[in-house]
Amino acid sequence: MSSWGRFAETFLNTKVMLKYLPDILSGVVVTIELALLIVVTGIGAGLTLALLRSLGVRPLNWLIIVIVDLFRSLPPLVVIVLIYFGLPSVNISASGFVSTWLSLAFVLMAFSEEIFWAGITSVAKGQWEAARSTGLSFGQTLMNVVLPQAFRLTIPPLTNRTIAITKGTALGTVVAVTEILGQASSAMSNSYNPSPLMMGAAAYLVLFFPVVVAARWVETRFAWKR
Amino acid sequence: MNGPIVDARGLHKHFGALHVLKGVDLRVAERELVFVIGPSGSGKSTLLRCLNRLEEPSSGSVVVDGIDMLDPRTDINHARQRIGMVFQSFNLYPHMTALGNVTLALRKVAGKSRAQAEALGRAALERVGLADRAEHTPGQLSGGQQQRVAIARSIALEPRVMLFDEPTSALDPELVGSVLEVMRSLRESGMTMLVVSHEMGFARNAADRVVFMDEGAIVEEGPPAAIFETPAHERTRAFISQIQRH
Ligand SMILES: Nc1ncnc2c1ncn2[C@@H]1O[C@H](COP(=O)(O)OP(=O)(O)OP(=O)(O)O)[C@@H](O)[C@H]1O
Ligand SMILES: [Mg+2]
Repeated sequence: MSSWGRFAETFLNTKVMLKYLPDILSGVVVTIELALLIVVTGIGAGLTLALLRSLGVRPLNWLIIVIVDLFRSLPPLVVIVLIYFGLPSVNISASGFVSTWLSLAFVLMAFSEEIFWAGITSVAKGQWEAARSTGLSFGQTLMNVVLPQAFRLTIPPLTNRTIAITKGTALGTVVAVTEILGQASSAMSNSYNPSPLMMGAAAYLVLFFPVVVAARWVETRFAWKR
Repeated sequence: MNGPIVDARGLHKHFGALHVLKGVDLRVAERELVFVIGPSGSGKSTLLRCLNRLEEPSSGSVVVDGIDMLDPRTDINHARQRIGMVFQSFNLYPHMTALGNVTLALRKVAGKSRAQAEALGRAALERVGLADRAEHTPGQLSGGQQQRVAIARSIALEPRVMLFDEPTSALDPELVGSVLEVMRSLRESGMTMLVVSHEMGFARNAADRVVFMDEGAIVEEGPPAAIFETPAHERTRAFISQIQRH
């Protein structure tokens, strides 16, 4: 057998791949569900915290900063494990899916809050003053003048963070979530063959590559001449 | 007889330990153009910003067009529509076209429909000579054009008074004239104006009154000729001769 033949036999074994394709696909569905939930709630919560912070209420801001710094410093896996094994001790039980979702959403919330906040504060003070001097309220200025400018700066770091954290859905295997990696590794141990892992890798590519491309497109859409 | 459009009395402003305005009294009559000059840090910008409450005065009173600006019951956003403000650094919204800049407050504050706002916005751009630049973004405009769009953004709201804070000092010398031209035509249309600027030539032939400020107080005021040629105070004389040397 040629060396390519041996490689294909081991890593791209068609029989194994066909057998476990349904498992991988169900893993893809779980990963997509998890990822969408994490992105929507995480970024939504992060933006909400950044907007609350812009109100400039001291005690509230301290609270926000503490929460954000906490979730930024803990490794996501630790958060998942804490929620999964910790919550039952206060008589709340969260499934592996919910634990993974909440944990990664909190982490994304923390990072996106910092990114949105940096974007908001980077908008020149003169923009606020010009808008307020024409009678726009605080909220109107934020929505119409400041956020559109802030978003332009936040898109690149935000997409990077979002992709990195969403890929963390793979950590869900630890708490028995049947997402792509979980399915792939159990298929691998059942079949004594690494081909399912290759399928898993392909699935991640198919999922995340379009996101990266879309992010680039959004970046150019939001650019304007200075 | 109508009262003054701007009536500020006993204005004090502290920034922490820094006492920036030390009891300023300033009245600007309808259709009057008042120039404010003075050394850097004398409180000229702070004074202007107290008038539309971008800065909260520590004490004193500010009444603009009969509205008590410091009364907590005053709808400040509504009141601010009547007070145009033009900044040294233009502060146009970079993500909007010239027309977008001019129509934003018309739609959001004055409650005009998009069509009404655009008609008023185009008319305002026309007044500053930029009707053909309506769809350009600030990045595509020269400094002088940007400042004229900023003026259009204010006059579109039909303010009762316009405040200018060094409107030409960020401009290349060859672009200053176009902005002064617009200010002159505004004056001719009867706009009440309060201008912080060191454009002496413009002050000489357009201002009704020049106010000299130093260290947070008005040192003296009078017609341009009197302040520039025969100032009563030594500090005024020193300042005038210093800016004339440029
Ligand atoms: N937000 C602020 N916080 C603290 N100090 C301030 C603030 N704004 C202005 N000041 C101080 O108040 C003083 C007056 O400032 P202001 O900008 O009113 O002076 P100005 O006459 O406009 O000067 P310039 O000609 O340089 O523009 C300065 O010493 C300035 O540093
Ligand atoms: Mg100033």
